[in-house]
Amino acid sequence: MTVVARFEIHGVRYLDAAGHPCAELPPLGRDREHLVALYRAMVQARSFDAKAVVLQRTGRIGTYASALGQEAIGVCIADVLRAEDVLLPSYRETAAMLGRGVHMDELLLYWGGDERGMDFAGPREDFPICVPIATQLTHAAGVAAAFQYRGEARVALAVCGDGATSQGDFYAALNLAGAWRLPLVVVVNNNQWAISVPRSAQSGTETLAQKALAAGITGVQCDGNDVLALHETLAAAVARAREGGGATLVEALSYRLGDHTTADDASRYRDPDEVEARRQEEPVVRLRRYLHAQGWWDAGVEEALKADCAATVDAAVARYEATPPPAPTAMFDHLYARLPAALAAQRAAAAAGGGHG
Amino acid sequence: MAEITLVEAVNLALARALADDERVLVFGEDVGHNGGVFRATLGLQARFGERRVRDTPLNEALIAGIAIGLAAQGLRPVAEIQFSGFIYPTVDQLVNHAGRLRNRTRGRLSCPMVIRAPNGGGIHAPEHHSESPEAIFAHTPGLRVVVPSSPARAYGLLLAAIRDPDPVVFLEPARLYRAVKEEVADDGEAAPLDVCYVLREGRDVTLVGWGAMVRECLAAAEALAAQGVSAEVIDVATLKPLDIASILDSVAKTGRCVIVQEAPLAVGVGAEIAAQLAEHGLLNLLAPVRRVAGYDTVMPLFRLEHAFLPDAARIAATVRELLEYA
Repeated sequence: MTVVARFEIHGVRYLDAAGHPCAELPPLGRDREHLVALYRAMVQARSFDAKAVVLQRTGRIGTYASALGQEAIGVCIADVLRAEDVLLPSYRETAAMLGRGVHMDELLLYWGGDERGMDFAGPREDFPICVPIATQLTHAAGVAAAFQYRGEARVALAVCGDGATSQGDFYAALNLAGAWRLPLVVVVNNNQWAISVPRSAQSGTETLAQKALAAGITGVQCDGNDVLALHETLAAAVARAREGGGATLVEALSYRLGDHTTADDASRYRDPDEVEARRQEEPVVRLRRYLHAQGWWDAGVEEALKADCAATVDAAVARYEATPPPAPTAMFDHLYARLPAALAAQRAAAAAGGGHG
Repeated sequence: MAEITLVEAVNLALARALADDERVLVFGEDVGHNGGVFRATLGLQARFGERRVRDTPLNEALIAGIAIGLAAQGLRPVAEIQFSGFIYPTVDQLVNHAGRLRNRTRGRLSCPMVIRAPNGGGIHAPEHHSESPEAIFAHTPGLRVVVPSSPARAYGLLLAAIRDPDPVVFLEPARLYRAVKEEVADDGEAAPLDVCYVLREGRDVTLVGWGAMVRECLAAAEALAAQGVSAEVIDVATLKPLDIASILDSVAKTGRCVIVQEAPLAVGVGAEIAAQLAEHGLLNLLAPVRRVAGYDTVMPLFRLEHAFLPDAARIAATVRELLEYA
């Protein structure tokens, strides 16, 4: 018997949970301005997230999927992409979407039950929030194939969770990316829980990154709470895709500190000691400790930032709440490019405030 | 102008669309060098290249999913599913995404895509190769469902489907692929979507069908004519959105209607037509609306498929029952 193929999965980590360097840092570790900008974006995303949960609890938006503890992933994704790239999010990509230029009031409009929230003004070609698990990955492969067909140096980047890696669409998209050498990056936010099912019950694989091997693409794992590790890993994957080097699966190790959504109660199935232990590893505090240690941050700047973020969120909430409700006819007006004759009577009935028949 | 079969008409329309519009891409399983298992894409890869006519990995959900991504990017994907019996993995993508993308982004993104598949029975095929799943898609908001019934109609409707700004499920009656030839002008003219086609005018009864059943309706009308019964035949062509106005107009004239579908009876497209006739055309009816359909059974293997499939004799017998009423 001979070895016919041999594979390795690499992991990337630069800052430990306390924010201390645990390897030789990449250049970003010396870039004060860039790191402070990433930190600010993480705090802003967390500030929005906390407010959204409060808005749900007080009946001002519907169910909301918090990304508490996973802000670094979205912030780094938005930072490494170019405006002309396309992001295909799941429902936990608040930080990435904000970073791409989606407005907070647009996100609130969506979670507040209004489709207009996904008609965002910023990244017009980015996909809307995707709820059915892993389906957006095949769309991403299609978007990447469009870039390839037109010879454009653009990248499609899709995000999913650890549960999504069990779906057929997950493998199908990676497999096509390998076969067609697509400019695609798939980021798995491995936050350890798919609602109540832990990562260990989701798959027998040692890592989720190694699922890339079966598709013939690059797979890499990184610490998803470590901005330095994430940024380097994602930037390399995006650059490889853009230069025609093919697709990458990035497994970002994080932890879902909150419930799955506001409709979930994780205390029913999760040991609070586990959550508390993982809270010590979360990304915002980790980067703040690093910034402090460099002398680039202090309590005064932190206070000012928090006040600034709260004011930004409050202004967005005010804009959201001032948005007039959609007309009942809105459900007809974007179903097709032109309203089919068969729907005219139903639209008229909806406009008149009644049912049909 | 050449006489060609329905599958050749599909090929001609695909070639025309590829030649006319750089945004059109054809892909699916075995559509490249092999030209598709029914040869609907024969020669297209040689003529237009592998970039535009491309074999995909064997995964139907993937095929639908990448069509959505390509379409959202402004391309015009035309994807083949090898048989409609294998279209079910695409349902998630078509229902949850293709039919919704325009609406859920309020028009920011859209899905100008076509999913083509051979449809229906009557070709002595193996298990799962003779299905008629059109009702699933006709029930889905945001989709169009189009079924041609002749070579000329296949050419015109497929061009229309490819040019349509919204997703179209285009179900080609496999039984008719090589059953008839007719003259088809390769003039690039699309046939209108969202409208029925009156193929034969009549006074006594309206026969409504689509796909392979249109031929059975025409044969029944011919047999009935020999007995002095004048049957109007309507090819529905676009099952969703449904042109019920044309059917109501016809039934207002004839007073009788038989709806013919190959798919199982219950909750089919025929049920929707019958319901709308009851809602909007009841006072014009001289007899109950009847459906001649497949049974509510699993599509049998081919030894029994002709016992399952409606035919001209069953249609004509049903018409004669209706004539007993008034």
